[in-house]
Amino acid sequence: MIRFDAVSKRYASGHEALTRVDFEVDRGEMVFLTGHSGAGKSTLMKLIMLMERPTQGQVFVDGRNLNRLSSGQIPYYRRNVGVVFQNHQLLFDRSVFDNVALPLQIAGNSPAETGRRVRAALDKVGLLDKEQHNPIMLSGGEQQRVGIARAVVNKPSVLLADEPTGNLDPELSAEIMDLFRQFNEVGVTIMIASHDVELLKRMNKRVLGLSHGQIVHDGVVW
Amino acid sequence: MKPVRPNRNRNDQTPPPARPQGAVQSKSRLGDRFDAWMGHHSTTAIDSLLRLLRTPLQSLMTWLVVAIAVALPAVLYIALANIQNIGYSWQDSSQISVFLNKKVPDNQAEALRQRWAERTDIAAITYVSPAAALEEFKTASGLGQIVDSLDENPLPGVLLVQPSLSGSTPAGLEALEKVLRDEALVADVRIDMQWVKRLHQFMAVAQHVVTALAALLALGVLLVVGNTIRLAIENRRDEILVVKLVGGTNAYVRRPFLYTGLWYGLGGGLIALVLLTIGLYWLAGPVAQLADLYQSSFRLQGLGFIHSLQLVLLAGVTGLLGAWIAVGRHLSQIEPQ
Ligand SMILES: Nc1ncnc2c1ncn2[C@@H]1O[C@H](COP(=O)(O)OP(=O)(O)O)[C@@H](O)[C@H]1O
Ligand SMILES: [Mg+2]
Repeated sequence: MIRFDAVSKRYASGHEALTRVDFEVDRGEMVFLTGHSGAGKSTLMKLIMLMERPTQGQVFVDGRNLNRLSSGQIPYYRRNVGVVFQNHQLLFDRSVFDNVALPLQIAGNSPAETGRRVRAALDKVGLLDKEQHNPIMLSGGEQQRVGIARAVVNKPSVLLADEPTGNLDPELSAEIMDLFRQFNEVGVTIMIASHDVELLKRMNKRVLGLSHGQIVHDGVVW
Repeated sequence: MKPVRPNRNRNDQTPPPARPQGAVQSKSRLGDRFDAWMGHHSTTAIDSLLRLLRTPLQSLMTWLVVAIAVALPAVLYIALANIQNIGYSWQDSSQISVFLNKKVPDNQAEALRQRWAERTDIAAITYVSPAAALEEFKTASGLGQIVDSLDENPLPGVLLVQPSLSGSTPAGLEALEKVLRDEALVADVRIDMQWVKRLHQFMAVAQHVVTALAALLALGVLLVVGNTIRLAIENRRDEILVVKLVGGTNAYVRRPFLYTGLWYGLGGGLIALVLLTIGLYWLAGPVAQLADLYQSSFRLQGLGFIHSLQLVLLAGVTGLLGAWIAVGRHLSQIEPQ
């Protein structure tokens, strides 16, 4: 589903954030990405989101070579990749419902269809009763769940999460992870960046270890 | 830390079954999509308008600036059109007096009149014989007895020529005057065409000035709307980033700002129209009184329906264009990082 083929990324500043990265993630897999701060985790995810382009090598998602996507095709590609960020990126000028509905409205779904799917997604993350709230009134964990609902509402085949539990306590982290696991169980390919070793152990999933822009580990046990 | 392992260790059990839902179902039917697209246009249009009304003071400032920029050339345009009207009505009443030589018999003068009456640049022509002229002078001046005591009629015969519209242009008048003067029976031709010439020259210059001014002010509207839109884009930066990240196309991101520009333009145009209407209403009374003093039926003319519509639409298009430029310059700089 996701394949990196000798991918290097050098930023304009001259810093090489990724060096010849090779790996493959199968359809329906759930993978963790770990490594020290500055190891290149976010950079790797940005390459998948096409927020950055590789300086060398190729990234394939769902059999498509991302190098070949024109800027006009990027929006349509992104609709198939859900993203969750540590800093949620929720919009505080609208309700929880409208935040989650955004990807559907953009994709041109009818209001009826949008309403149905938003409620299904909010139900899934346990926030159906908060749909009319402003996200600013929600707790950190709830906000993160709204972000997850927004990421999955369009039923993407790939879900990326960059430090989704970064500022949550262990209990809330476990809840969030449980959610990801549920989405994975219905077939969504999931990649989660995290440096929380305890959490990685608990999840017992495949882990890609990054260090100074290179893959230094690939397997369950850390 | 373990070394890199070429064969990765998979802990997953069997791959999950292919999802029957997902990408296939998430693509709604084409008709629905079109409806949704139309729906997005109308909701975006309404939404942008409501957004403007939510900050009424700030929006009103922009609207007023646009309105003034639109109203100023419109006022000059209306003024010019009205001056032109006055010019035409004066020209209509203008006559060329052709004085014939003394002793030209009435029958020859009459023949000349008939010959000239067929010209296309002459609308009407009448002959006033020396006798008739003297009679008129007697009654008009009240000097009947003195006139009666003259043993000879001192007045020449006169042909009063009314030029047609084609003969009223400065060039036409000049040509006509030459024809009339070259006639052997003619002693003199009186025509005050200097002012006609000047009026036409003035109108030509004024029209250029108004056009240049309108272009300059249109540029001003572009800049004002462009700058306002730039601020709006800056204010909604977070939203733009999120929209782009979840797959919003450039067209989708542009749309609300283009509508905002359109509303600024249309709103400004409408306010300009209201200002113009009030101004004209306010001036119409005094102008009518003034015209009556000069026994003129002249009345102030407004823009009329079609021109009013054009004015508002033109303002709208200018606003849209300003937004378009701002969006093109600033939106591409906002990319999720
Ligand atoms: N936009 C950028 N321009 C220049 N350097 C960057 C940029 N983004 C990240 N980097 C650098 O690339 C390296 C990897 O960053 P990142 O991928 O964010 O690491 P991580 O997410 O693992 O902490 C870091 O050294 C960081 O300073
Ligand atoms: Mg990071």
